[in-house]
Amino acid sequence: MNGKDFLSDQEVRWCPGCGDYSVLKQFTEVLASLEADPANTVVVSGIGCSSRLPYYVNTYGIHSLHGRAPSVATGIKLANPSLDVWIITGDGDALSIGGNHLLHVLRRNVQVPILLFNNEIYGLTKGQYSPTSRAGALSKSTPLGSIDYPLNPQTLALGAGATFVARSMDRNPTHLRQILMLAKSHEGSALVEIYQNCNVFNDGVFEAFTDKKMQSDHAIFLTHGEPLVFGSHRDKGLVLSGSQVQVVSLTDRSASECWIHDERDPMKAYALARMTGDLRPFGVFYREDRSVFEKQVHRALSETRSLEEVLAMGRTWKVD
Amino acid sequence: MDNTRQHLVVLLAGDSGDGIQLLGTQLIRAAAQSGQDVRTLSDFPAEIRAPQGTVSGVSGFQFQMAAEAIFDPGDAADVFVAFNVAGWIKHKHKLKAGGLLIASSDGFDARSLALAGLAPDEDPLEEARADVQVLDIDVKKLTSEALKSIDLSGKEKARAKNMTLLGMLTWLYGQDAEAMEVDLQRQFKGTVGEANRAAFRAGFHLAETAEWSAYRREVASKKAAPGTYKTLSGSQGIALGIAATARQLGRQVLYAGYPITPASDILHELARLRPEGVVPFQAEDEIASITAALGASFAGNLGITASSGPGISLKGEGLGLAVMLELPLVVINVQRGGPSTGLPTKMEQSDLFQALYGRHGEAPMPVMAIKRTGEAMEDVLLAAKMAVEAMTPVILLSDAYIANSAEPFRLPSIDTLPTIDAPSGAADRAPYARDAQGVRPWITPGTAAGMHRIGGLESEADTGHVSYDAKNHQNMVDARADKVNQVTRFYGPLSVEVGEHTGKLLVIGWGSTFGALRTAVEKLHKEGKSITHLHLKHLFPLHPDVYEFIKGFGHTVVVEMNQGQLVQVLRSQTQAPMSFIGQTSGQPFGADFLYAQLNTLSTQKA
Repeated sequence: MNGKDFLSDQEVRWCPGCGDYSVLKQFTEVLASLEADPANTVVVSGIGCSSRLPYYVNTYGIHSLHGRAPSVATGIKLANPSLDVWIITGDGDALSIGGNHLLHVLRRNVQVPILLFNNEIYGLTKGQYSPTSRAGALSKSTPLGSIDYPLNPQTLALGAGATFVARSMDRNPTHLRQILMLAKSHEGSALVEIYQNCNVFNDGVFEAFTDKKMQSDHAIFLTHGEPLVFGSHRDKGLVLSGSQVQVVSLTDRSASECWIHDERDPMKAYALARMTGDLRPFGVFYREDRSVFEKQVHRALSETRSLEEVLAMGRTWKVD
Repeated sequence: MDNTRQHLVVLLAGDSGDGIQLLGTQLIRAAAQSGQDVRTLSDFPAEIRAPQGTVSGVSGFQFQMAAEAIFDPGDAADVFVAFNVAGWIKHKHKLKAGGLLIASSDGFDARSLALAGLAPDEDPLEEARADVQVLDIDVKKLTSEALKSIDLSGKEKARAKNMTLLGMLTWLYGQDAEAMEVDLQRQFKGTVGEANRAAFRAGFHLAETAEWSAYRREVASKKAAPGTYKTLSGSQGIALGIAATARQLGRQVLYAGYPITPASDILHELARLRPEGVVPFQAEDEIASITAALGASFAGNLGITASSGPGISLKGEGLGLAVMLELPLVVINVQRGGPSTGLPTKMEQSDLFQALYGRHGEAPMPVMAIKRTGEAMEDVLLAAKMAVEAMTPVILLSDAYIANSAEPFRLPSIDTLPTIDAPSGAADRAPYARDAQGVRPWITPGTAAGMHRIGGLESEADTGHVSYDAKNHQNMVDARADKVNQVTRFYGPLSVEVGEHTGKLLVIGWGSTFGALRTAVEKLHKEGKSITHLHLKHLFPLHPDVYEFIKGFGHTVVVEMNQGQLVQVLRSQTQAPMSFIGQTSGQPFGADFLYAQLNTLSTQKA
């Protein structure tokens, strides 16, 4: 099967030019290269533009309630741990109305990749500011600029005890596919924040990080074991001075002196997650090995009692 | 003196930390085991350790033991066991004139009087002697003497007071002391077990040697139907029903719950019993528990969740999704006093409107109610059967009374349990293609044929694809309603509790009012009144024979623990003249109260 075989017969109804098209394409390509069994695959979503995605994928799918995809997915995995379950969500869905469920699916470590489409806006409801909108963001509900301090999905996930935390973008298909493959192979919940452009209500909000020309100075791509180097001539790097992240020039020092990315280091992951300015990391921030929730639940239930035994428990007496 | 009698009502009252529920449970188990029928009523504060010695911190446990079948915990008490003065003054009106007050006199000292808000010169025990027999003993002192050689602190020793009283009461009711000791041994180990047994013996020996025969109240035994029995609370019955559902369905059940009084015990029971095929899951909130249950149902398990009123409100959005998806789901509401946090440990039937109507959109679903502990297990099985075989969410109502009240339960023979057959997803059927009963197939992930996407958006008939088509929406709304209306095929015949099928006065109840109502109506019926008791299990859709049945009576009265909910439903659906008897005090109806009310009504309407 190729990517196209994973598309359903339903007409895709996102706005022309929406970043969601690319994510859908990369997602189906990944399913194809994983040789996923469509009948054994379940795509679960909440509510929002991104959450329409399950309708367009030729697998099992459930378009559930606003914010509740993580708990629906948890129920599915508890019911049948052998199913390949994916969660599709957005910044409003996962971080506002569904914030609680996101925390708990992450800390439980249910085996499910979570594709969080972040466009810093409510699209389906036509343009209100979202929990990830930057302070001062202009939107229909904030004509004078947003006062809310934005939520950081990366620090939130790390704080919740997530075992896999990553970021990618709609406009870099290769990187997105690569991160989705890693997320799928992870044992547990894998949060992938995807910078996704809403060209109608928040066009260009990630331009500096996703535009091919500007990107080299603003996006730093992470590879485990490799130095953190960026710039159009790969002439800049990051060093950690104590817990402070500093940009250094590589004209008079070698890349090997830079901060070497270690995705197993939670403190360094946190430092990366805190980079919310005009230089931002992309790739796997953090991963750790921890037992998978649904497997633990079923292991704990390996010694169960038959109905006969259950009925006979406690003090019983016979009347002849 | 032969004090053997047919009925005995006992009320235990004291601090919520006194171990009263445990004392009561031990006594009723022994009574049930000796062949008596028992019914109980627990009344405890919402606080775990409410202010000691105060009236607001009083915990109560009432039970009736009888040599014949009974249905309620009785009204006025024959014996009142007061751990302290607060317990006595809160409930003293419940002791019959000439009844017996057993008072732990250490709980009637100056400090206890002050805590209970009495003046230091008051002597409630002396006052009581005018109307009732009083047996006062310093149980604390007796207990600490009995435990002299045991290595426990004074405070820990005082906690064995309930065991000393258990010993006394075991003798007074002529129960089997040896069996009681064996049972205590099973439950309590180590130093605490040793202390409990020593206290129990001290109490028993005191009663035996102190010539307490004047206070002895033995209850005759009846011959119960052959079988194996245990005592069971409503929550335990529900847990057994869930265990039996997994077996009868042949699929796993995901039970998802979030802690809330008085529904949490179901989760505790399932976690403790570990029945085959049941996965108990404590979710992060009420919304997660219903959506996880729905996710499980989508994946081919049966999702079951339970809560109480406020939690059910939070689940409302999930109920709408369940209607839209047409997936099986059982939602149990263990009702309590509301609205809001209300009276978390008290009983009320005020969530009926919520169950029937408390949703957005046209979202009908079957609603049933458990009428007594002994039927909880079979009602869960029926709710699950309806949910699976009609592919619909089902609401099953219980309440705090049923949850906490215990009765002897004859274990059912497993061969007699109903079958539950999932509507198969035959390869040629589309996900929303309906059978003759309007039911769609349950095609679950992992099945190659019939792969589909569904969601909260309106679905196109047959395919389940998103559809905004006007005609399709009308058709789907009609089809979902029609499917639910057809669940009456699962109902048994309309059964009458007491009385004839036509007559002057028809009394209709539902849920936990059953015991008191049946006792009251039976008494009136025996006195020759033309009165009939009908107790509705199915509140939506109503039993199809209800409409004709009501027409057979001159007048109908609906009795329920709310401000008039079922009565409004029945009035609007039958246009029959109907009165209403209601109560929302957090306390159950007493059979005597209902007897008096119905007696007046039957005279007026004769």
